[in-house]
Amino acid sequence: MSNNIKLKKGLELPICGVAALQCEKTVIGDVVALNPCEFRGLIPRLLVKEGDSVLCGTPIMADKKRPDILFTSPVSGTVSAVVRGEKRKLLEVQIKTDGKQESIDFGKKEVSALSADEVKNALLTSGLWTSIIQRPYGIIADPTQRPDAIFVSAFSTAPLAADVDFTCKDEIKDIQTGIDALTKLSDKGVVVSYRKGGKSPLEKLENVQKFYFEGKHPAGNVGVQIHHLRPIRKGDVVWTITPMMLAAIGKLFNEGKLNLMRKVAVCGPAAMYPCYINTLPGVKMSALQDFIGAYPEDLRIISGDVFSGKQIDINGTLAFKDNQISILKEGNEYEMLGWAKPIRWSQFSTSKTYFSWLTPCRKYNMDTNLHGGERAFVVSDVYGKVLPMNLFPVYLAKACLSKNIEDMEKYGIFEVLEEDLAVCEYVCPSKINIQAIISDGIELMLKEMA
Amino acid sequence: MNSLRNLVDKIKPTFEKGGKLAFLHSTFDAFETFLFVPNTVTKKGAHVRDCVDIKRVMIIMVMALIPAFLFGIWNTGYQHALAFGLDWGFWDIIWYGLIKIVPLFLVTYIVGLGIEFISAQLRGHEVNEGYLVTGFILPLIVPVDIPLWMLAVATAFAVIIGKEVFGGTGMNIWNPALIARAFLFFSYPSSMSGDYAWIGGLQKAANGGIPWNSGNGAIVDGFSGATPLATPSMEALSQKGYDLWNLIIGTVPGSVGETSVIAILLGAILLIATGVASWKIMLSSVAGGLFVGYLGFIGGATDLPCWYHLILGGFLFGTVFMATDPVTSCQTECGKWIYGFLTGAICVVVRLFNPGYAEGMMLAILLMNTFAPLIDHLVIESSIKRNNKKKVKIA
Repeated sequence: MSNNIKLKKGLELPICGVAALQCEKTVIGDVVALNPCEFRGLIPRLLVKEGDSVLCGTPIMADKKRPDILFTSPVSGTVSAVVRGEKRKLLEVQIKTDGKQESIDFGKKEVSALSADEVKNALLTSGLWTSIIQRPYGIIADPTQRPDAIFVSAFSTAPLAADVDFTCKDEIKDIQTGIDALTKLSDKGVVVSYRKGGKSPLEKLENVQKFYFEGKHPAGNVGVQIHHLRPIRKGDVVWTITPMMLAAIGKLFNEGKLNLMRKVAVCGPAAMYPCYINTLPGVKMSALQDFIGAYPEDLRIISGDVFSGKQIDINGTLAFKDNQISILKEGNEYEMLGWAKPIRWSQFSTSKTYFSWLTPCRKYNMDTNLHGGERAFVVSDVYGKVLPMNLFPVYLAKACLSKNIEDMEKYGIFEVLEEDLAVCEYVCPSKINIQAIISDGIELMLKEMA
Repeated sequence: MNSLRNLVDKIKPTFEKGGKLAFLHSTFDAFETFLFVPNTVTKKGAHVRDCVDIKRVMIIMVMALIPAFLFGIWNTGYQHALAFGLDWGFWDIIWYGLIKIVPLFLVTYIVGLGIEFISAQLRGHEVNEGYLVTGFILPLIVPVDIPLWMLAVATAFAVIIGKEVFGGTGMNIWNPALIARAFLFFSYPSSMSGDYAWIGGLQKAANGGIPWNSGNGAIVDGFSGATPLATPSMEALSQKGYDLWNLIIGTVPGSVGETSVIAILLGAILLIATGVASWKIMLSSVAGGLFVGYLGFIGGATDLPCWYHLILGGFLFGTVFMATDPVTSCQTECGKWIYGFLTGAICVVVRLFNPGYAEGMMLAILLMNTFAPLIDHLVIESSIKRNNKKKVKIA
């Protein structure tokens, strides 16, 4: 069977502000924060209190339902604040850094000599287990399960996404160690998908099944790749992980330390200096003021990409899973008769009712304006033109809205996460928040399964 | 622009919650969003959005209808002049057409939009743009002499029973414009069919009256107002003086906007080029019409060559502007082929085998609207079954 998969549908968003391929500096800031709300369905149990001193790898909180799963500190320092919201919901644990980045010694280990359980334990105690995401539903993997396979996407097609080739080029050895370790946890090993025709340094990896994808976004989404390689049916479980987290796992075994340092792309039309920085998950945006500019209140700061990232403010933090910070101007301005103008020179549209298809090479300075009002589903075939999956997104969304679990299963709720359908949301002329609808659907499934 | 914006901002609080005119909030919002793309920013999900919206889609649809509309105005005057033997120049013809047709538009828009605004207000929704198209199509698919009160009742019926009870634009099962036409057809058949219905003033003259602006009100000797579709055979067509060019240019009696093949094709080109309407439905509907027309021709049911069915009556207008309605047609790509083909085929079946009822397009589309969800269901079920059988790459 061919290992090449060509996806014809998709959308390369022509947005300006791509990060220059150079690493400007290392930024950590005085305070980093752990944010349990990043993880779907997590009910955290706090393991530290204010004033405790911690090292990299010290457990900060645990999953209440699955206490083996620990969330550990990315920095060394002292716990400076525990922020709670309504009903004492844990919102954030802030840690004041001491600048030393000392780590708990987890001990160097030769992966080939370890058993599956030993690998599992090492990942759980270091907190790196939380980087393994289970499909369906996109929750932290269950350590008691053994998945069919573990999927890794070695390229990203999201708008302005961090270039995996650039961010991981010096970490091939660690990524290989990470793969060797994870191979022990699944029946069919680790599956890596590459961009066809790309010269990724990750192609040197061994001990993996390799596939090559060709196509526009979301071809680089691991969910889309799984859909074409091994569609998830009822009862199936597969895991996914990113190359960045594989590198962290490799460092855990090779160096015996928790080192979550990563290259993060600061990008977007409103970024002052679109470039890469070295930083940690949990870094506060206020530490990145040099790159964001002096007036963050007019901007939207996003941890992740502009399609499916999470909006954060200047006190927000980079999510554990993300290696991209996108910055957009808030588009809170009126546009007179915008919809009726024959040409809207400054706007991009995939629709041929505008003329931006005549200038395919142009990049656009996009903002967050919705460009219209929310309506019912009217135009039926727009989603299918950009989604490279054999699914019926409108039907799936309608099943989610009507909370019809049987239909949700039939139309593929197991196969998608919000990010996979984000491109549909972008093109929707009815401005339907399909990611939110799918998210509610997944929450419902989780509730029903529990 | 700024002064207008300032004015809108100044009066806006009156229409907001707690304001004096809060009960007109939806109406105000409709006019405001008509003038200005709102300053709403994305709150959930994708942070950037495509600049296309439903208003844009609908305005393209309306633009596609403009050639048929303009030709309809001219043809209304032209047919009237022909019927009464008037020696009219171009502007006389246009003037008569405008006087006849503008009231139809006023009625459909005032009644239809009125109901839309009220229902949006009651539900607290924004006013939907869908009616802009429905209200534009409706006058184009009725006879020009339709009494305005009938049109008003039909419009109200279509908007309330055909659309709003289902939840408004996007939720309706049948094309609202065709619901209105079907309502007229079955409730007031005398105004919707027969030889005198299609030309301005003809009915009145036939009853002995003197219609407005028709000289002495005498119908030209031997003039028949029958549409070409009333007697679809080659002999009858040539007897009445309808040749191929009449039919293609559209200088024949018929509903206001349906007669000109050229005007409709201009609209079709715009719709296909902008991707607003599905070319698959158009193509397959034409194929379905040709297929049954050909079977009828070789089977001896008619002596009309199959492609005559495309240029007669409302076939092309229905195919281009109404069968393609994205809400009421099939949504799956494969379903669109089936839906379109059956629409065209059923239309010609009705024409060939039901001489008492000449125009099959309206009921063909309404019937296929009814079955569109079923076709989609079958297409999706079979697609899911096929996907489940597919070999996985990682076994």
